[in-house]
Amino acid sequence: MNFRRFTALLACLGVGIIVVIVAFLAVYSWPAVRLNGWGFLFDNSWDLGQLYGNPITVHGQQILPGAHYGILFLIVGTLLSTLIALAIAVPVGVGAALFLAEGMPPFLRSWLSFFVELLAAVPSVVFGLWGYVVVIPFLGQRLFPFMAKWFGFIPFFGGSTGSGYGLLTAGFVLALMIVPLIAATLRDALVSQPAALREAAVALGASRFETMRTVLLPATRRVLIGSSILATGRALGETMAVLMVSGNALNYLPHNIYTPISTMASFIVSQLDSALQDPTGMAVRSLAEVALVLCMISIAVNGLARLLLYYEGRQRASVA
Amino acid sequence: MGLPAIEIPETALRPVSGRGLQRRLFDYLGWGLCTLAFLLLGSAMTWILVVVFLRGINALNFSVITHVTEGTGGGLLNAIEGTLVLALGGIMLAAPPGLAAGIYLAEFDRGRLAPTIRFLADVLVGVPSIVIGYFGYVTMVVALGWKFSVAAGSVALAIISLPYICRTTEMALRQVPRALREAAYALGASDGRVTLGICVPAALPGILTGVLLALAISVGETAPLLYTAGWSSYLWTGHFTNEPVGYLTYVIWAFITEPFESAHALAYAAAFFVTLFVLVISILTRMVLDENAGWRRLRPWEKRKP
Repeated sequence: MNFRRFTALLACLGVGIIVVIVAFLAVYSWPAVRLNGWGFLFDNSWDLGQLYGNPITVHGQQILPGAHYGILFLIVGTLLSTLIALAIAVPVGVGAALFLAEGMPPFLRSWLSFFVELLAAVPSVVFGLWGYVVVIPFLGQRLFPFMAKWFGFIPFFGGSTGSGYGLLTAGFVLALMIVPLIAATLRDALVSQPAALREAAVALGASRFETMRTVLLPATRRVLIGSSILATGRALGETMAVLMVSGNALNYLPHNIYTPISTMASFIVSQLDSALQDPTGMAVRSLAEVALVLCMISIAVNGLARLLLYYEGRQRASVA
Repeated sequence: MGLPAIEIPETALRPVSGRGLQRRLFDYLGWGLCTLAFLLLGSAMTWILVVVFLRGINALNFSVITHVTEGTGGGLLNAIEGTLVLALGGIMLAAPPGLAAGIYLAEFDRGRLAPTIRFLADVLVGVPSIVIGYFGYVTMVVALGWKFSVAAGSVALAIISLPYICRTTEMALRQVPRALREAAYALGASDGRVTLGICVPAALPGILTGVLLALAISVGETAPLLYTAGWSSYLWTGHFTNEPVGYLTYVIWAFITEPFESAHALAYAAAFFVTLFVLVISILTRMVLDENAGWRRLRPWEKRKP
């Protein structure tokens, strides 16, 4: 076997694990998929049933009496927290990228960018610790009551603000975790735009900021969209930080932006212990179905982002 | 004769004062918002660092690194040891396929296999770490009967760090000039000799950077270890299976919610160690990769500028 074939084989063995992961999750959760049907995605009840009852047979599967698995609240929690994170992260990321790319002399740019990008290196559980120890008391006791009082007229901003664990806190922490992704990618794209674009805009009388807003940002639009989708993928799958600040609600749909939630990723961590109490094993298989759904969503989101960035790269390569 | 007189409307010559003021205000507003966005990120980063380092240093004492965890007190020796064992184990498992994938993508990028490998590696980066942890639980811990163990935890970490090693290896090798390869092939060297003897040594700083980054990611991971490595407050006895092992990130997550001061101190100390390690590696890799930082001698084919 020559060297080329050898590296190809090792490489396939390595990255092929993703196929194995999806296949194993699918096979393992298949009884749960059969049992739960579409109700899994659209019902709002996760109930292990009577843990000490005799297992009954439904659709040929042994389950505990009263057991029902529906994860609508997880899907809603995951999507809403990601949406809030994006709503914060995209404008902040664009602003920071513009500031770093155009408002800084190059020698400062490199180190300030690095400082911001360090946010991406901080482990998720450290974000969780920070959120749990300082952000939640601050938001729950100071900012949320203030917001509910003065901005309560906006839909979903009013009502009880709870203890600080919840949707908005999770969204805020997630936003900080994904912002460096957006800011760094966009900054690189802005810096690498051809100088002629900038010069043309300035020659037409545009100020520096107008140049950025009307020429550079539209030119890097696809990079912004691609990196935002990548960031979405990361926010959807984020586990530890969300687990520590979201309040881990069960079977509960949020009624305002302060309500405790759970996400699919954090639910897998928080529920495995109790799912193991189920002697029929159906609860663990249903958790595997949660993991499968999460995995599929992440793959779809990432594939979309890569496709966009890939076409952007090919376009730029053909221009150059 | 003579040129026809062109009527220039008087309004065209008058400066549009209101519009200019509006534009300038808009500029200031825009720059202000951009600066605000940057300051928000910078201050969040500073806030995190201050919390972790101040509280971490306050929680540090000598017994933290000399004693094992006892209940919710004691030290972190078992967790530090476990983190190192798991992370190094993960790297050792991930490095061969990761390097091979990177080499294949950079050197033999022809045909249909390379795009497939690249796509799978990209997908693997996007898979949430908890999904990999759950996969490890279902397969290794339960089906293979390894129980919570070093082996299961290391494999989970290896799956996570593999695509990073692959990507950075590919990037580093692509930086090596074609001329080096052509010269080697012209002398009759085989594929393996050209890659391992010429290209890999030339790209070594970049490749090592990728491995170090993967190490940092492994040290900071929690979710994939919770259900593969378990937790133990004893030192590792050297068994790869059937023996749970402690690690630092577990202490951060589990001990901060305990109602004891000693537990909080351990959580802060663990956060201090993990963050410090990750930051040091980030700064080191940055110095290797940064063009402006004066580390050019690491790329022998580039002539130094006078």
